[in-house]
Amino acid sequence: MSEPISALNHASYDGIAKVQECGLQGMITLRGDLSDKVLAKAVKDATGQKMPGQREAFVDGESGVCWMSPDELLVLVPYVEVEAKLAAMTNALSGTHALAVNVSDARAVFSISGSSAREVLGKLAPVELSSKAFQPGQIRRSRLAQVAGAFWMDDDQTLRVVCFRSAADYVFNLLKVAAQPGSEVGVY
Amino acid sequence: MLILNCPYCGVDAEETELAAGGEAHLKRFGPGSSDDEFHDYLFMRENPKGVHFERWRHSNGCGKWFHAARCTQTLEVFGTYSAQTTEPPKEIKDAITAKRPGWTWREYE
Repeated sequence: MSEPISALNHASYDGIAKVQECGLQGMITLRGDLSDKVLAKAVKDATGQKMPGQREAFVDGESGVCWMSPDELLVLVPYVEVEAKLAAMTNALSGTHALAVNVSDARAVFSISGSSAREVLGKLAPVELSSKAFQPGQIRRSRLAQVAGAFWMDDDQTLRVVCFRSAADYVFNLLKVAAQPGSEVGVY
Repeated sequence: MLILNCPYCGVDAEETELAAGGEAHLKRFGPGSSDDEFHDYLFMRENPKGVHFERWRHSNGCGKWFHAARCTQTLEVFGTYSAQTTEPPKEIKDAITAKRPGWTWREYE
């Protein structure tokens, strides 16, 4: 089997914030009734995190769980463990009306870090990103210029952005332009 | 710029994050209906200056369809509500009545 590599293979850019492609990240899309106890236990067993409420994201390093819609979760696990975790999850959910799919290779992940990280993303998404409105622990699905994307914060100065792998190059170019030296707006 | 609150994810979504889905609360006339009914179902739409009910989808977001009641003249939004309904809920009608007494839209008032 050939060795998997991520869309841009850890490309990075230094501007008013550091933009980096994070490499491979295991991701499982889980759809079902989020109030179901069996489903909550399957998520807990895979990630160690409790069921997130509306727009909550509990992420610790490469593991975590994000609320995507009232019937959808994004489960994050280390890339090498995704097959095993998915098998365990599918097994735990047999008999429950739910669906878990490995989407790791359909996605690209970027991190934006630095004191201007909020500004860089704020130029691309129609979202209020001030520290009053957006904090670690929250996830927001929106658009980045013309493509869909989701993002959450690892800490107060680091944003993590997820988009489709096919749009990875487009999103990286967007982030590079938004992070050009001297392009601070000074809003956030 | 139109800003609608998505009732499913609670986000105040801006127009560019949404996709318009046309008029709300259409009753489908399919096989077995008369030609006139089918014609009206396909082609006849409200085009009001004032209170209007529409379907929207939070396409760059949670992906869910929802309903919105708004004024086409002032872009004022009276409220948004779940897609799992065949007519506007009472609180939405009350909110419109408070601001536009005597409003009518199709069979609703």
